[in-house]
Amino acid sequence: MIVELTGVTRRHGRTWALRGVDLAVGAGELVAVTGPSGSGKSTLLHLMGTLDRPSSGEVRVAGHPVGALPDRRLSALRARAIGFVFQQFHLTAGVPALDQVAGGMIYRGWSRRARRERAAAALDRVGLGHRLRHRPHELSGGEMQRVAIARAVAGEPALLLADEPTGSLDSAAGEEVLAVLRDLHRAGTAVVVVTHDPDVAARCPRRVRMRDGLVVEDGGLR
Amino acid sequence: MTGPLTPARLRPRDLAEVGAAGLRARPARVVLSALGVALGIATMVAVLGVSASGQERLRSELDRLGTDLLRVQPGRTLQGGEARLPVESVAMVRRIGPVRAVSATGELPATVRRTDRVPRAETGGLTVRAASLNLLGTLDGRVRSGTWLNAATERYPAAVLGSVAARRLGGPRPGTPVWIGDRWFTVVGVLDPLPLAPEIERAALVGFPAARAHLGFDGHPTTLYQRSAEASVDAVRAVLPRTVNPERPEEVEVSRPSDALAARAAAEGALTGLLLGLGAVALLVGGVGIANTMVISVLERRREIGLRRALGATRGQIRAQFLAESLILSALGGVAGVAAGALFTAGYALWRDWPPVVPGWALVAAPAAALGAGALAGLYPAVRAARLAPTAALNTPAG
Ligand SMILES: Nc1ncnc2c1ncn2[C@@H]1O[C@H](COP(=O)(O)OP(=O)(O)O)[C@@H](O)[C@H]1O
Ligand SMILES: [Mg+2]
Repeated sequence: MIVELTGVTRRHGRTWALRGVDLAVGAGELVAVTGPSGSGKSTLLHLMGTLDRPSSGEVRVAGHPVGALPDRRLSALRARAIGFVFQQFHLTAGVPALDQVAGGMIYRGWSRRARRERAAAALDRVGLGHRLRHRPHELSGGEMQRVAIARAVAGEPALLLADEPTGSLDSAAGEEVLAVLRDLHRAGTAVVVVTHDPDVAARCPRRVRMRDGLVVEDGGLR
Repeated sequence: MTGPLTPARLRPRDLAEVGAAGLRARPARVVLSALGVALGIATMVAVLGVSASGQERLRSELDRLGTDLLRVQPGRTLQGGEARLPVESVAMVRRIGPVRAVSATGELPATVRRTDRVPRAETGGLTVRAASLNLLGTLDGRVRSGTWLNAATERYPAAVLGSVAARRLGGPRPGTPVWIGDRWFTVVGVLDPLPLAPEIERAALVGFPAARAHLGFDGHPTTLYQRSAEASVDAVRAVLPRTVNPERPEEVEVSRPSDALAARAAAEGALTGLLLGLGAVALLVGGVGIANTMVISVLERRREIGLRRALGATRGQIRAQFLAESLILSALGGVAGVAAGALFTAGYALWRDWPPVVPGWALVAAPAAALGAGALAGLYPAVRAARLAPTAALNTPAG
């Protein structure tokens, strides 16, 4: 298992974002997480990615018990094992694609040269080998999100967490992004994608549905 | 994924890169906030530089003027009255072995005015003095125009003006009459400045015989100027009172004019301290400016901070990034400030005709002070940035 949640709750004051979730994602799986707004999908993703800690229950990522690790070690775990993609691409204005992706690996301790080589390879992988020097304002929405994906996976994490990656894209651009995620899954990366789009969910082998902080359906193949 | 989970260290170059990343996007803000520090540093460097240049000029002036000149004046009698120097004191001093030259002047109650129509009270701070013929040589002075007194003119109503006196009397040329006491004297010469004898610069000088004949001079000198070999100045100084007035040595005051120049330099040093404090205040204000910029920078970049945390940055690395940003800002200000301060020093020194000097330690201390200010200014914003919860940072609304 790359991620394992056991009896996980997350509470904000009197609001329960998660009420007790058991979920395990195996290495190389492709999982869609669906559910109405406010059902706890983002919270779940943050907990899987160690950006947040559970109020109770246990989260294990790549075998490491998240609750027992100090912030430093969680940071190192994120740097090596986890990639994030967000709905709002979080690209830096005015910075070329290659530098955006290479800059994402700064916390890996690799040399600049190695970072740039990997960045170029990752951009090539998401079909942007011809856009290395382009700045965000020169790219389409789908291309920007693919730069963000390249940044997330250039360090070859075992787990990619995407929170509504197609949420602000038109369907054609969404299609490009989904194709990239499926390629990554086929190449062995575990991918968890939160989505509102039933078409996107339908194309994922495993679908997890949430409501009111609980997993209400966990379907598809295991 | 096994093995110890140890965060990779940020290489210095990478740290500089992430520190500069936030600055590159906002060049105008960089200039403005670095400017504050630059002003403080420039002030401090300029103050130190101007003061050092002034001292250097003074040192070279003292070298040129020499420190071997002593001035002898009457002090007070035990009863509190004004003492007098004996008429024969010049001859007595001349007998001291190491003495090379001695001259006398006698201050007169007469006033010097441009014409008889200028009221008597308007002396302009000028005095009239009887001067011995060798005074100019003893003071190592020079005539700017005209001539010095000679064996003939010292008997006539002729006057030589000190540099300040000449200026205050409207710059009369040799041959022009001036009103001294209650008659006309002819100006025969004007002297160059005499930094060691400012009282001569402010005097109209007449010969001893003329002073007796026309101005009622009693022949008692009021000031003796005396030069001896540099090495024996102290020894001469010790025996001077007894030599000048064997009966009442305590009524004789001996001073060294070069000491007065050095004291003036020390007084200017005190002013330097004040101005330095002003520079430090400016630097402090500059530091507050940087702190302000950094707080805004952290607020604006919460989403970037969240993203970096998601990419694996530790709290320490976020802290280091913003500290680096603040240090780069202050270093830019520091370098600009040192350059501006040094340029100002050079310009001012050239204008005053001083040798331009900036003390070497100031060139090290000023940038260090700038960096210190930057570190202090960046500390609080950096700590705040590092404390942000990653999820909260990522969820910051855009704009
Ligand atoms: N920082 C927070 N403070 C208070 N409530 C929060 C916070 N984060 C999430 N919540 C609440 O937790 C619930 C789940 O949120 P979230 O995981 O963002 O849902 P989703 O991503 O499915 O829309 C919501 O009711 C939300 O208001
Ligand atoms: Mg959400």
